[in-house]
Amino acid sequence: MTQEKVRFGAPLKIPGWVNYALIPLVNLVAAFVLSGIVILIVGDDPLEALKVLLYGAFGYPEAIGYTLYYTTNFIFTGLAVAIAFHCGLFNIGAEGQAALGGIGVGLICLYLDGLPFWMIIPLAIIAAAVFGAAWAYIPAYLQAKRGSHIVITTIMFNFIAASLLTYLLVEVVIDPNGQSPESRRFIETTWLPYFHDFLAMPETPLNLSFIYALALSAGFYFLVWQTRWGYEIRVVGQNETAARYAGISPAKNIILAMMISGALAGFVGINEIQGVQHRLILDFTGGYGFVGIAVALMGRNHPIGIFLAALLFGALYQGGSELAFEMKSINKEMVIVIQGLIILFSGALEHMFRPKIEAAYRRIAPRRPVEAS
Amino acid sequence: METFHIIVLLLDATFRVATPLVLAALAGMFSERSGVVDIGLEGKMLGAAFAAAAVAALSGSAWVGLGAGIITSIALSMLHAYACVTHKGNQVVSGMAINIVVAGLAPTLGYAWFRMGGQTPPLSGDARFRSLTLPFAETMRDVPIVGYIYAELISGHNIIVYMAAAAVPICAWILYKTRFGLRVRAVGENPHAVDTAGITVDLLRYKALAVTGLLCGIAGSYLSTAHGAGFIRDMTAGKGYLALAALIFGKWRPVPTLFACLLFAFTDAVQARLQGVELPVVGVIPVQFIQALPYILTVLLLAGFVGKANPPKAIGEPYIKER
Repeated sequence: MTQEKVRFGAPLKIPGWVNYALIPLVNLVAAFVLSGIVILIVGDDPLEALKVLLYGAFGYPEAIGYTLYYTTNFIFTGLAVAIAFHCGLFNIGAEGQAALGGIGVGLICLYLDGLPFWMIIPLAIIAAAVFGAAWAYIPAYLQAKRGSHIVITTIMFNFIAASLLTYLLVEVVIDPNGQSPESRRFIETTWLPYFHDFLAMPETPLNLSFIYALALSAGFYFLVWQTRWGYEIRVVGQNETAARYAGISPAKNIILAMMISGALAGFVGINEIQGVQHRLILDFTGGYGFVGIAVALMGRNHPIGIFLAALLFGALYQGGSELAFEMKSINKEMVIVIQGLIILFSGALEHMFRPKIEAAYRRIAPRRPVEAS
Repeated sequence: METFHIIVLLLDATFRVATPLVLAALAGMFSERSGVVDIGLEGKMLGAAFAAAAVAALSGSAWVGLGAGIITSIALSMLHAYACVTHKGNQVVSGMAINIVVAGLAPTLGYAWFRMGGQTPPLSGDARFRSLTLPFAETMRDVPIVGYIYAELISGHNIIVYMAAAAVPICAWILYKTRFGLRVRAVGENPHAVDTAGITVDLLRYKALAVTGLLCGIAGSYLSTAHGAGFIRDMTAGKGYLALAALIFGKWRPVPTLFACLLFAFTDAVQARLQGVELPVVGVIPVQFIQALPYILTVLLLAGFVGKANPPKAIGEPYIKER
């Protein structure tokens, strides 16, 4: 290894593993320690809970299937939030965009189910993307052209989307033979294939959309770091004024990034509606859009980080239901507490440990030769 | 006469629905006017609702419950301040985190402590705030119109409704007529100027967030110990966000915010009454449309199609002192 020369008095550069592994890990541990205290308060053993959680998430083939199924949703929403972050935007509306994506998928599977299987799948994917992107377009347009704050408008759009979904299910696509607000079951030719259809594994909701999510992650990397579009989005995110001087239109890129974001969030509908539920139901978004924020934050807006963070949250979701089953004082809301604490430490309090860790690193790091100035 | 009665009853319901909105929106006003975005109103209310119901159930006193609700809400508000002011964290993420933590923590603790599926025991007697009958309400009732309005609309609410009504002029006075209010407004517009004048920006924002916590605490306690009788999971059901919408719709000012809250509460009351009713010209209006109306109106306002909303200039940015 060649030793890099540092100029006298220049601050020591903090290496990547501190930034991308150590600091997220410390934040994660802090969140888990606090969750452990909550578990102690409700009268259970935190170490036992951790063991149950890990076993419930990874301990047997079925659990792994469920974990990866949840992971799929978090990859979609994590990527969605991340692309907006790259453009300096806070998309808190992934929840609503996912709902719209699901509506798109549902409409295709309900009304075009006469088409063959190989046409339905791309059509459903396009519908999810178009509906999600359209729902993100309005707040994006209002941000870009009229300066309305995107955080507030996307929050409002979550509520409007929820009302829209309820309206559709109660008044329009409701199953005439059913009581609850949900559509009829889709016919089987429109379903996405499960993993257990073609692999020797137990029946789980894990379906082809997991592969699609991985492919999109690769596409995300390519788009953001290898194309001109991605470059422009990042420049706008870093410095709007600089972008404008360089001839990059902030408005165009804000709208573009948000539409990609909305399309990515809309794909939750592919996994949930076409992959698992096989009918349009209420509340299938289940908070995935909000957790997507945590996934993007923890994953540092990079697809590999997002995959790992999505896996963590997928494991939490799946292990958490096992937890509620096995432990006497814990119910499934405990997982929400852990999620919230992870968002708190890795998002809101990200600057709490960082300076201390960096200072500590500077103190212990091996002295390097100093170039005379 | 029949229409008159219906209108009075509608307004009566409006007041009851508007109370937590008014308190929470005023709470958000102090935070946002000081330059700190607060989407955690929802979580603070929910936390207060749980604490108030739990403590009221144990102590048998609604007032002790209210105290617990306020303390919980202020604690959450201080956490927000610690993350956003002290550590310059992202204000939206912090509010979001608080909402999620509380949404999980309240039912978790409720389940562990009361074993009622995440709820608190039903409250009765002194553990709830009961409706007050104002003096002469019954004797005045027979006076045409005025007496009926007094007896039905003005009288017969619980004390927190009157507190919310009083909170609007008090908050307006604090914000516009006191030194603290002037500084809060200034720090939300131009923290550098405030700092130059020798006032500590961080401390001021902490104080503003403490007021936010106080008001949110009252709003949350109202839900579980006055409007309802006990805590049920997710009982805020988006009211914190609705209050935020009202605050924006009211352009971050107390009196317009009050009217925005009343408008949103009124649509809610009307919607409860209009379900399935055929209206002339438009026919049956879907309930969901009326429910979404406050949010649609807020978006239209933000887009500048209905008036113009000018947020505090320094909102959302942590203050970093120049060295």
